[in-house]
Amino acid sequence: MTPAVSALRKTPLNAWHRANGGRMVPFAGWDMPVEYSGLGNEHRAVRTRAGLFDVTHMGQVELAGRDALAAVQRMTSNDAGKLRVGQAQYSALTSPSGAFVDDLRVYRLANDHFLYVVNACNVQKDVEWIVEQAKPFGDVAVVDTSSRYALIALQGPRAHEVMQALTDVELAPVGYYWFTHGEIAGARGMISRTGFTGESGYEIFVPPQSAVKVWQAILQEGRSAGVIPAGLGALDTLRLEAALRLYGNDIDGATSVLEAGLERIVAWDKGDFIGRAALAEQKAKGVSRHIVGFEMVDRAIARRGYDVYLDGVKTGAVTSGTRTPFLKKAIGLAYLPIARTEPGTEFEVDVRGRRAKARVVSLPFYKPPKG
Amino acid sequence: MYPETYKYTNDHEWIDMATGRMGVTDYAQKQLGDIVFLELPEVGKIVRKGEQVGSVESVKAVSEIFAPVSGTVVEVNASLAEKPEGINHDPHGSWIVTLTPAEPAEAQGLLDAAHYAELTK
Repeated sequence: MTPAVSALRKTPLNAWHRANGGRMVPFAGWDMPVEYSGLGNEHRAVRTRAGLFDVTHMGQVELAGRDALAAVQRMTSNDAGKLRVGQAQYSALTSPSGAFVDDLRVYRLANDHFLYVVNACNVQKDVEWIVEQAKPFGDVAVVDTSSRYALIALQGPRAHEVMQALTDVELAPVGYYWFTHGEIAGARGMISRTGFTGESGYEIFVPPQSAVKVWQAILQEGRSAGVIPAGLGALDTLRLEAALRLYGNDIDGATSVLEAGLERIVAWDKGDFIGRAALAEQKAKGVSRHIVGFEMVDRAIARRGYDVYLDGVKTGAVTSGTRTPFLKKAIGLAYLPIARTEPGTEFEVDVRGRRAKARVVSLPFYKPPKG
Repeated sequence: MYPETYKYTNDHEWIDMATGRMGVTDYAQKQLGDIVFLELPEVGKIVRKGEQVGSVESVKAVSEIFAPVSGTVVEVNASLAEKPEGINHDPHGSWIVTLTPAEPAEAQGLLDAAHYAELTK
């Protein structure tokens, strides 16, 4: 059941969205804008100029204390020990079976202080899990700090110049997946060179009471560069073009990190962590299925949940799929038996009763131009 | 907004009974957002009122297109299928199929422009 609008949580930008043409939908318990000027327009703006997203619904969890690093290392798959202060990494909160409790970003705020940015739909589950996993460690405090931040993402090739005009902090030295602190449009915040669009850009963590001021300043500063507000609809098609896995679609508590094609976030040599033994066994034996990207060969759009057939036998379902506004192709992600994951492999998707041909392609579908 | 010469369905199709051309309404295209795909029937297909004659898809969603009246599909707009975004730009000028109505009296059960506008307020 969809919760009543009154029960939905609102970001500090909710009134702005409603007053400025945002089409609001319930998402993970939040009342969020799915689009403003049109999904395709917003998607193309991010690829060619820049788009501004309210992603305040994402959750934040902080771990601090002398044993914080050890706790982070124990519950996540990537090697947080390699993070310098000011650096972030993509990682997984792994279950004992090597599946996803969640996927997340881990930020090293200080030597003994880490910030997790987690999926909105998982915040409560994650916090309970993290608290439980941190218990055996002596000196580590776990705090859900989601309500302390508004999170605003400016994504696209023009993002850098717009952000730089709004802060005195020199942003050029801030590399991909690094972050810094400073004032943005007069508000104290954290500026992170991260995102979920496959495009370069920034995510800005600011106090909720500064969100509207910062948001409006970015739009005003970015007007001549063509920056426009963009909704969760465009965020979803952008991340799919970049083949970024979405928790709840492409990865979940029954999907192993290896099946999801994310061995790059499994730090085999960092020591033990939850799920390591299961993943090592999968690695030794080989996984039976693996994620693939595909394009439709027949004229049809494959959507999430549509059944996938290999040689006439149902083998699974599409986990994400649409026709994306920039590549203008019907693309998607699905899991196939490991022997049939080579690019060029053909299979069929049941598109509302009709079998439409699809072909495996290499990932990602879209890579930003260098430079 | 809604052409006076057309008839409308509760499912947001329009039909011009003078020519048999039909499409989807402005309200429908706004609900769908950016339309990226149009699935057309075979010419010659015989449909009953309310049966599916095709589908229109946006990035976000699929919407079936239903026949406003019973009849035979005598023409499909293949050039619109090449550029389905035309439906967003000009929904009431973008015909999808031409039907030869089998029972023109069925049109009396459809909405006129004023009632359809009221329905979608």
